[in-house]
Amino acid sequence: MVYAFLLVVLLASVFPLWWSFLIGSKDASAINAGQVPLLPGGNFFANAKTVLDTVPFWTAFRNSVIVSGVVSFSVVAFSTLAGFAFAKLRFRGQKGLLAFVVATMAVPTQLGVVPLFILMAKLGWIGSLGAVIVPAMVNAFGVFWMTQYLRESLPDELVEAARVDGCSMIRTFWHVALPASRPGAAMLGLFTFIATWTNFFWPFIVLEPGNPTLPVALQQLQAAYYVDYSLVLAGVVLAALPLIALFVVAGRQLVAGIMQGAVKG
Amino acid sequence: MTDHALPLATRRRSAARQRLSRWDARVAPYLYISPFFLLFALVGLFPLLYTAYVSLHDWNLIGGRGEFVGIENYATVLQQEYFWRSLRNTLSIFLLSSVPQVVLAILIAAALDTSLRGRTFWRMGVLLPYVVAPVAVALIFNDLFGDRFGLINQALGLVGIDPVRWHVDVIPSHLAIATMVNFRWTGYNALIFLAAMQAIPRDYYEAALIDGAGRVRTFFSLTVPLLRNTIIFVVITSTIGGLQIFDEARMFDQAGQGGADRQWQTLTLFLWQTGWGQQNFGRAAAVAWLLFLLIVLISLVNFLITRRIAATESGGRR
Repeated sequence: MVYAFLLVVLLASVFPLWWSFLIGSKDASAINAGQVPLLPGGNFFANAKTVLDTVPFWTAFRNSVIVSGVVSFSVVAFSTLAGFAFAKLRFRGQKGLLAFVVATMAVPTQLGVVPLFILMAKLGWIGSLGAVIVPAMVNAFGVFWMTQYLRESLPDELVEAARVDGCSMIRTFWHVALPASRPGAAMLGLFTFIATWTNFFWPFIVLEPGNPTLPVALQQLQAAYYVDYSLVLAGVVLAALPLIALFVVAGRQLVAGIMQGAVKG
Repeated sequence: MTDHALPLATRRRSAARQRLSRWDARVAPYLYISPFFLLFALVGLFPLLYTAYVSLHDWNLIGGRGEFVGIENYATVLQQEYFWRSLRNTLSIFLLSSVPQVVLAILIAAALDTSLRGRTFWRMGVLLPYVVAPVAVALIFNDLFGDRFGLINQALGLVGIDPVRWHVDVIPSHLAIATMVNFRWTGYNALIFLAAMQAIPRDYYEAALIDGAGRVRTFFSLTVPLLRNTIIFVVITSTIGGLQIFDEARMFDQAGQGGADRQWQTLTLFLWQTGWGQQNFGRAAAVAWLLFLLIVLISLVNFLITRRIAATESGGRR
């Protein structure tokens, strides 16, 4: 019974992806005839080529890699620093400041798009990747996550021992906190990477058609080929592949990360 | 070796070093947390406050700031038919996505919480949709929900149901968009619930078993009440996300305006269209503030209701 239920759930989560490959490998005439395809056709590479010719796919791909990579690295670095301070150091106003960080998680920053756009226009950053990267370089979730993680995984005695031995704060961070934070930091990096890679709203507003990220490029593809789903879905497959590959490699860690976050959060 | 035995210079050096170290200990924490606060001030707090300022002015995307107009933008927005329509759509899509999502996620979690073969496989399986971008999800489901030859309408046809006009009628379009949201997030939330379920001590279940409670009974009077905090957490996060739905609605047709009759235009889509379609930043800012207030309001209601339900359930059974 349980297996049957889970099998249905599993099929529901895999089927749409399989479907997009099915359709993405057909040509338009086969689809408009209204038959339901059961096997992939031989047209995937031809469709993929049309996709590459229609939208700046490689530029979008490169941009997505750069944006997601830089954002994840910076979120992890800044969050780990802040998490170390909140979890293991003592300073005035610590509790209040941490509560403030947590409270900001409830503020939907998306709603600040109008002034953020005005700000980016003033800086002359409209259309550049910086406009997407800089606002995302650190966030409350990351700080909170690393605080929780370091609180549990880094013993106070280690920090004190390093301090007594005459380590400066930054050396203590580098040699003691950083090694202890690695598993938590890796998970944070993974989730940030996925969230950034799949993000659409702000990049769609602030980037220009010639220099998009992948989701923005998919939107252009839809605008160009609304009726031809074989092309649109071939593009979807191309854009989804990198993250699916990442999922195959790191899916286990993602599952563990979500489950850990839930227990602590 | 005591201090007295050290040469004077060394003693001075060590004193200086101690001062430096104390200073280091006092300043370093603030230094380490400063990136977050600086960036939040710049891209979180400032925009929120500045949105209020912009919303009180005539403000054009290209022309920039115009006259101070007071609450006129708010008044205009509140008189627009499409604003109310997008409010209705947002609430409807939000309900259609969050309620079934939470229920289904808890059921999936319960299924995953049994002694399964290949645990990791099933867990990864339900999480797969999470790595697909909402834009891609929207494009796939757009095809599945096609009005003429879509797979779903064809399947409905097999059981004798007439084709549903997913891209024309109000409720069907909301259902389709909610399905996209649910597809991506149900498995993710199921794992959150699963973790919370596994934190429940097993002897509770044994006790329930001894008391003669069946599986269903145990689930409703033991598991669900103990998931209280997790349910509140999931409901609140999905509220904040659900009220800001943009990607799926934007991609539901080619024009991206939310349908010919704005059948599925959400508030965020309305905001985008006001700001970047009509280039009216003043009004878009007013929409942003109204949306913000709505989110705060609903989160609050949400919190109170969920707490009440969970409290009466666990209290009543004890």
